[in-house]
Amino acid sequence: MANGSSRPLSPHLQVYRFQWTMALSITHRITGVGLVLGTLLLTWWLVAAAAGPEAFAKAQKFIGSGMGLLLLFGWTWALFYHLGNGIRHLVWDAGYALDLKNAELGAYIVAGASLGLTILAWIVGLAVW
Amino acid sequence: MTTHSAKNLRSPLSEARGLGSSKYGTEHWWHQRLTAIALVPLTIWFVIAVISHLGADHAQFTAWLKGSPLSAILLILTAGVTFHHAQGGMQVVIEDYVHVEWQKLAGIIAVKFLCYALAAACIFAVLKISFGA
Ligand code: HEM
Repeated sequence: MANGSSRPLSPHLQVYRFQWTMALSITHRITGVGLVLGTLLLTWWLVAAAAGPEAFAKAQKFIGSGMGLLLLFGWTWALFYHLGNGIRHLVWDAGYALDLKNAELGAYIVAGASLGLTILAWIVGLAVW
Repeated sequence: MTTHSAKNLRSPLSEARGLGSSKYGTEHWWHQRLTAIALVPLTIWFVIAVISHLGADHAQFTAWLKGSPLSAILLILTAGVTFHHAQGGMQVVIEDYVHVEWQKLAGIIAVKFLCYALAAACIFAVLKISFGA
């Protein structure tokens, strides 16, 4: 074997045929890291509220700016995606839906639900803003 | 009983420990699931709470947390559990991609310290507001 021992090698991504479930898997990781970056804004928001009216107004102004809205939109989707796919993970951990058909069905549900919930949240959000 | 042949790649001690190539047991996996389960209701509540306070000014925002201890508690739980989940998740990501031992350790330590610091800042901020700053 290529690694010089009789240990099994893990499959190489480069020679793997693309499957949608792969894309969902890596997206879970990307959204997870993205959400961690988003906690910086959450912390700024809460600390600013504790610091006083001026600091809070500054944070709210940034959130309401073009850049702030874009980030918030991205994080809304990332959160719904990671939430949905996280539930998919928990279902697998419980021992269900591990076959190919259900893995793919779950992928469609998560992708669709994350988009739907993001749009719904923004319609409601912009209506009450 | 398994015999220790050339095909068996584990030492007898490693087999007795039963941890595979890991250095520890299932605690990390369990914590990541436990926090994930808690985050399902917490993040749904959080999204609704944020939407209902979009564009609030400082007086309205602080009045919310002062008037609702339940909201303050849920916000503290959301922040605490999120950062616990975040530091555990980031550890796995770093372990997967950083293979120089000191860089891996430095990365994990930095991420964990940052997460704990941010968690403390969030929780302190909520407490300060709800106790009436
Ligand atoms: C909304 C509720 C959430 C659920 C149900 C959830 C669920 C999960 C699950 C089950 C995993 C393990 C995935 C695996 O084993 O490959 C995971 C990983 C992770 N989560 Fe979450 N999570 C949630 C929210 C969050 C939040 C708010 C953050 C960030 C602040 C976050 C950051 C991460 C990171 C960084 C990982 C590691 C990614 C990886 O190993 O590929 N999660 N999440």
